[in-house]
Amino acid sequence: MSTQVKKPATAEIDRETRLRLYQLMVELRDFEQRAYELFLENLVRGTSHLALGQEAISAGYAVAMRPDDYTFCTYRGHGHTLARGASMAGAFAELMGRGNGMLHGKGGSMHLTDVKHGAMGSYAIVGAHLPIAAGAAWSAQVRKSGQVAVCFFGDGTTNIGAFHEALNLAVVWKLPVVFVCENNGYMEYTPIESVTAVKHPAADRAAAYGLEPILVDGNDADIMYETAQTTIAKARSGAGPSLVEALTYRHGGHSRADPGKYRPDAELREWLAKDPIKRYRERLVANRVPEAELAGIETRAQEKVDEATEEARNGAPARVDAIERQVWSDGSARWRN
Amino acid sequence: MAELSFREAVAAGIAQEMERDPLVYFIGEDVAAAGGVFKATVGLFERFGPDRVRDTPISEQAIIGAAMGAAMTGLRPIAEIMFSDFLATCWDMIANQIAKTRYMTDGQVSLPLVIRTANGGGTRFGAQHSQSLENWAMAVPGLKVVAASNPADAKGLLAAAIRDPDPVIVFEQKSLYGIKGEVPDGEHVEPLGVAKVVRDGKDCTIVALAAMVPKAIEAAEQLSADGIEATIVDLRSLVPLDTQTILREVKKTGRLFTVEENPRLCGWGAEIASLAADEAFDDLDGPIIRITTPHVPLPAADVLEDAAMPSAQRIVDTVRKSM
Repeated sequence: MSTQVKKPATAEIDRETRLRLYQLMVELRDFEQRAYELFLENLVRGTSHLALGQEAISAGYAVAMRPDDYTFCTYRGHGHTLARGASMAGAFAELMGRGNGMLHGKGGSMHLTDVKHGAMGSYAIVGAHLPIAAGAAWSAQVRKSGQVAVCFFGDGTTNIGAFHEALNLAVVWKLPVVFVCENNGYMEYTPIESVTAVKHPAADRAAAYGLEPILVDGNDADIMYETAQTTIAKARSGAGPSLVEALTYRHGGHSRADPGKYRPDAELREWLAKDPIKRYRERLVANRVPEAELAGIETRAQEKVDEATEEARNGAPARVDAIERQVWSDGSARWRN
Repeated sequence: MAELSFREAVAAGIAQEMERDPLVYFIGEDVAAAGGVFKATVGLFERFGPDRVRDTPISEQAIIGAAMGAAMTGLRPIAEIMFSDFLATCWDMIANQIAKTRYMTDGQVSLPLVIRTANGGGTRFGAQHSQSLENWAMAVPGLKVVAASNPADAKGLLAAAIRDPDPVIVFEQKSLYGIKGEVPDGEHVEPLGVAKVVRDGKDCTIVALAAMVPKAIEAAEQLSADGIEATIVDLRSLVPLDTQTILREVKKTGRLFTVEENPRLCGWGAEIASLAADEAFDDLDGPIIRITTPHVPLPAADVLEDAAMPSAQRIVDTVRKSM
């Protein structure tokens, strides 16, 4: 049996939700593009992993989640964190090492976290956050809170042990967690199929855990939203975890250091034509959403990014007194008396 | 006071805290119906039920990751790693995730969790089931590290670890599980970061941890017969470290010996020696001497293992020679 890509959405998604999905995708896109420009200005230090092209997955899930649900994501996590409502200025400032960063400069691009909005962290060791997301789901289960944990990760993660340990535990304990593999075709610089035993790194492994294979077009916001609704509802109802594989593409390289030259031109062209934002805009127009309304969303997103950039730029550098702070719950770093 | 074995005291400590706080949950391999492979959790499953005392697969990353995710969302989990040697299979979770997340988020995330693990040699299990790894944990900022030397502390320190708002790794020395001792009746909690002077002597100070404490006490009795009176400090906690007690007791006698079950390099005694050299130099009357397992993996055969680990006799000989 080969795993099939799920057909496009058939259920009606209301206009308001669609506009929200579009707005979110545009904001995430504009944020990442601005982050890239800030690298070029040498205002963003260290590394950064952009999710340009993968916006439909973050938007689809974020719009379907309850405010108190949990998001766990990877070092490619700007979009997932912002999609939950985290401050854009706080994110830019964190990338820029400013004291007004959302982590006050102590985490950086790979660790964006905003617990107040359910963004439970960006994890930079591949695979680590799958068991942690399972743990948050376990907590929700025993507290009977009705919360769901959604855990996003890349295709490369499916080959590390923590993926399998987390899947198995989540199924055995019937945890309210949704594992979402963002298959962008590349494990860092290497095509995923060249290092993976199966064609679909997540979907083809679902059966090993008694789960339904769910393979979807990750560049279609409607499909992602519907997939999110179905899998989150399943988790919330007590029916246990899901494993989703969403097919997508990174418009840029793996990280700041990688121009992504190893990707064939034809492949890149093909995927750029499937740009989730471009496609969604066309669909909305075809569904009689006035051009002016979409243009308004785009203008407001640009303004939001501009304002956030300005606020971040105006922040002072991270404070040196933060170094020996918050190792422990009493706020200190004290290890001796 | 009741006389309990070390392993019974561990179970009593967990039970005390599970009774007190409904957010305390306990997971691990074979910990529920089986009562733990070292029988240190007998009766908990029957008393608290399958929701709060859960068996896991052999998936150390999932065990520790689950504890972390639960701790950051409102539970106070206890996770057992059967042998401390297996910490190596989930060290990413411990050293990269649990230890750093509070810091990296500048305090957004709290991780009130306990990792209990059976540690150390003396059981002829060979090099992969006998290591004394407290110094691994001590080297990572963000982890508290405790190890009891007797049943009363096994209960009291574990209870304090469970109540602590930060991640604590509790090392339980396998060679101590069978020893018996008086444990106070009723609620019993021993604060973390407080060392205990378990013997008072004027001639030298021996700092020891966990199973090395009874060996140091045995050595001190022999030394006493030779007219050498040793003070013994039971560290109980490596992080936080009770430097005040250590320095006070070193200054009193002018001599410092550490007794460590861990292999030589970067054992916790090196940190204590550095502390004494920095802050008690003028009070020292002789070299600081570390007594450790040699820098080798621990061999399995009884004669080899016994000869490798610090013994009371080795402590006696080392102290005698240098006094």
